[in-house]
Amino acid sequence: MKQKILSVVSNVRLTDDVYRMVLADNDKTTDEPIISAPGQFINIKLDGYFLRRPISVADWDNDERTVTIIYKVAGDGTEYMKSLESGKNLDVLLPLGNGFDISKSGINPVLIGGGAGLPPMYGTAKALIREGIKPSVIAGFNDESQVFLVKELEELGAEVHVTTVDGSMGTKGFVTDQLIKMNYSHIFTCGPEPMLRAIDKAMPEFMDGQFSFEERMGCGFGACMGCSCKTKYGSKRICKEGPVLERSEIIW
Amino acid sequence: MVDMRVNLCGIDMDNPVMAASGTFGFGHEFAELYDINILGSFSFKGTTLEPRFGNPTPRIAECESGLINSIGLQNPGVNEVIDNELPKLAEVFNKPVMANIGGSSVEDYAMTAKALSSCKQIGWLEINVSCPNVNHGGMAFGTDPAVVQEVTEAVKANTEKPVIIKLSPNVTDITAIARACENGGADGVSLVNTMLGMRINLKTGKPVIANKMGGFSGPAIFPVALRMVYQVYEAVGLPIVGIGGIAKAEQVIEMMMAGATAVQIGAANLVNPYACRDIVNDLPKIMDKYGISSLSEIIGGAH
Repeated sequence: MKQKILSVVSNVRLTDDVYRMVLADNDKTTDEPIISAPGQFINIKLDGYFLRRPISVADWDNDERTVTIIYKVAGDGTEYMKSLESGKNLDVLLPLGNGFDISKSGINPVLIGGGAGLPPMYGTAKALIREGIKPSVIAGFNDESQVFLVKELEELGAEVHVTTVDGSMGTKGFVTDQLIKMNYSHIFTCGPEPMLRAIDKAMPEFMDGQFSFEERMGCGFGACMGCSCKTKYGSKRICKEGPVLERSEIIW
Repeated sequence: MVDMRVNLCGIDMDNPVMAASGTFGFGHEFAELYDINILGSFSFKGTTLEPRFGNPTPRIAECESGLINSIGLQNPGVNEVIDNELPKLAEVFNKPVMANIGGSSVEDYAMTAKALSSCKQIGWLEINVSCPNVNHGGMAFGTDPAVVQEVTEAVKANTEKPVIIKLSPNVTDITAIARACENGGADGVSLVNTMLGMRINLKTGKPVIANKMGGFSGPAIFPVALRMVYQVYEAVGLPIVGIGGIAKAEQVIEMMMAGATAVQIGAANLVNPYACRDIVNDLPKIMDKYGISSLSEIIGGAH
């Protein structure tokens, strides 16, 4: 983890309440990777807010030293974030968390993102494709108006299946309605906990997977024990030993 | 050249800046970022006799100028701390560390203190009396002077190390509690722990924190903590560790003028992991600005 001043390159609206922000590290003197694995997050200090805002990384470029986050406006902090204009400097801690281990993907992994949990699947898909593995992606939304990132995932070369609860786009239903029709070697997923639970239930018993969890955090770097959870191998901090947990260690 | 040295309960410190228990773990997260030997010392994560997972989540709620936490003393237990955390700490920290101890009965405190007393790395024992007392309906130890005195005496009987009692601000008269510490033989007091607080989520209409309430800390509590340190300095003759909302070097000096021999930085570490280092680095120029040549000379200067 490093503390860096990143500047906003762009901050654009994707749907009613989802925004994409590109941040750049203007310090080009270092060659340390800005992000080391898909599924990691960054923790942003915002003027006027005491705690930082942990936001998952959608994409990054270690050569250009940029990080892309896609965030949903869910409270005061993200409401303020959407107003930030290019050129604004932000105090950011990064990279944080363990991220997904793509070496466990097998030959045909499926990536499942629910709503605001979809962005880390972009970086995961990109990392897999770089390794010559073509992933399938299931992107779950409530309705067509909330759909984002699907075109970009297709452009990467991923096979994308959209599900919407009301059927206004793609398969009607939940991500698991699509998942049970598919063959796959591994699951990478991020989204609301009920979705993660449903995926676990829909998976064959022997199958491995990696699940990314959310929790309210104090520091985001392992100091405060605010985001602890119980696993089969003892307690873990979602911010430090997570946010990605192996299916085999999760206590549902 | 300014002199930042202080002596806390017989132990020399290079400077009065410590990290507060529960905001600094056992030092490792911070040692990855900078050499933590720049600190005067730090108080490690509150340790209990048995391992504790702590409270259900959410454990954190943001506030206008601070945060509420309800961690519930998550820690690996005193044996694990002695066998693993302290040897790991020795690799990155070469000064006496403060051992923070929690408990749910007087015997718990005494046994944990006894176990930690054999550790050479530990300089002071800091006793957190804000924990619920299971033998008295869960009421915090620190709210009853008689119980505080009993805990102090029990810990003192089980250690040779200086004993500092960490006081709760959630009391009517903190000076009465401080006097109980003095009567029990304490070597010092540290204050204040967090203030009981609460937030409600407007979307759900329910408390944000799973345990409903938690400890409020951060810049907002600084004036309250300062006032209590000032009062306790007048009430007892014990050295004081001033804690509560400190986020910059000026506030270290303010707290010392109120009567603190050393200070602890808490919530600030969680937002700026370099907070303690920055405060230590800033102190000499702030001392210069106010014509202070020696920090130990300003202790209690406001009285």
